[in-house]
Amino acid sequence: MVQKLDYLRESPSQTAGPYVHIGCMPNFTGIDIYGGDLGTSMKTGPVQGAEIAITGIVYDGTGTPLRDAMVEIWQPDAAGLFPSANETRGHPDPNFVGWGRSPGDMTTGEFRFETVKPGAVPWPDGRMQAPHITAWIVARGINIGLHTRIYFEDEEDANAADPILTRIEHQNRIPTLLARKTNGGEYRFDIHLQGPHETIFFDI
Amino acid sequence: MSLINTPPKTAGFVPRDRNWQPDALTPAYKTSIKRSPQSALLSFPTTLSEETSPVFGHGLLGALDNDLILNYAKSGESAIGPRIIVHGRVLDEMGRGVPGALVEFWQANAGGRYRHKKESYLAPLDPNFGGCGRTITGEDGSYEFRTIQPGPYPWPNGMNDWRPAHIHFSIFGHGFAQRLITQMYFEGDPHIPLCPIIGILKSQEAIDALIAPLDMHRTVPMDSRAFKFDIVLRGQRQTYFENRKEGM
Repeated sequence: MVQKLDYLRESPSQTAGPYVHIGCMPNFTGIDIYGGDLGTSMKTGPVQGAEIAITGIVYDGTGTPLRDAMVEIWQPDAAGLFPSANETRGHPDPNFVGWGRSPGDMTTGEFRFETVKPGAVPWPDGRMQAPHITAWIVARGINIGLHTRIYFEDEEDANAADPILTRIEHQNRIPTLLARKTNGGEYRFDIHLQGPHETIFFDI
Repeated sequence: MSLINTPPKTAGFVPRDRNWQPDALTPAYKTSIKRSPQSALLSFPTTLSEETSPVFGHGLLGALDNDLILNYAKSGESAIGPRIIVHGRVLDEMGRGVPGALVEFWQANAGGRYRHKKESYLAPLDPNFGGCGRTITGEDGSYEFRTIQPGPYPWPNGMNDWRPAHIHFSIFGHGFAQRLITQMYFEGDPHIPLCPIIGILKSQEAIDALIAPLDMHRTVPMDSRAFKFDIVLRGQRQTYFENRKEGM
């Protein structure tokens, strides 16, 4: 026998179930508590950089919108700095939260985030990654939260040099990771859990 | 601003063990069939985007946020059901406490009914029970809250499937990579081996990891029973050797 490695195992994931909004966005469900839901606003004042909005819908494998999902996003500010306790590279925009949470519209399932265009952040070897937002999707029927990334269609040069995007074998799936500019600062990013347009999900 | 081009100083998170965590497609839990990705996940080491997270200060908490018996009750009233305390620690895989983690929880009432307009179970609502609470872990990763023990309830999957009594947990640690949602079950519940959602777990050890034992040491005599539920998040590697960059 060899010695034991005294590591713990990560708690097993379980589905968020149909009522994740009760726990994470109770005011959205009509439970008036906490003085408001967390993650509904990503700005606490005037922010630096280009203000944008991202809307989309999470679809199941039949093309039906999910209306019981919760989407969270996390991103750096316009200069590429995270409003995080472990950001050591500089001082992020004090009016930018970086984190957003959306329950989706009660009838259409459409989520919307009003945020800023993220700056680029480095890959571990120092190369710059293309500007992106990290997203996490939970819902009934999703056994373990799904991570993906929102890149921007209008960042062609940065995308062409991105360490992850250039490594993806099925280049024809990359559009599933690109937010499409629809109008001014408006972007569209739909998420397909399954099917011919299945979004690329990450194991990170 | 030239610092922005320097490599991250944070250490990466240990990869998620996909042989331990449930698969996306688990046909006995029917809703997973059309909500599960079919392509392989794209694996890569964590980057700054996953190694950082927002800060949730203790200042955001109200005095009753972790007391589900009172946080939705009318003045002088309280929620109906067996009074319990749920406590434990949020740890990482190295066994270190995770301080400052946001822990959110939600549950059905003692009759097995959720306060939600899409909920149709015939058990009545409790006017004094909202069913949600939250807290932030202390310096050692510990947390606790007070609630009533939720009831089991039927759900549309098979013709006669019942969920064991459970409390949902959402945990936000120090990196977006640690983001986790899970459920806590109660020691001795006969529905545990029958539940298709628990059945997605790959081993008895994984099931046991989600079952909270009765903890008589933390019981408040003549008041509330207690259950202990520890939660483990992905571990963050030590920085000393592997992330040391040349020339540093």
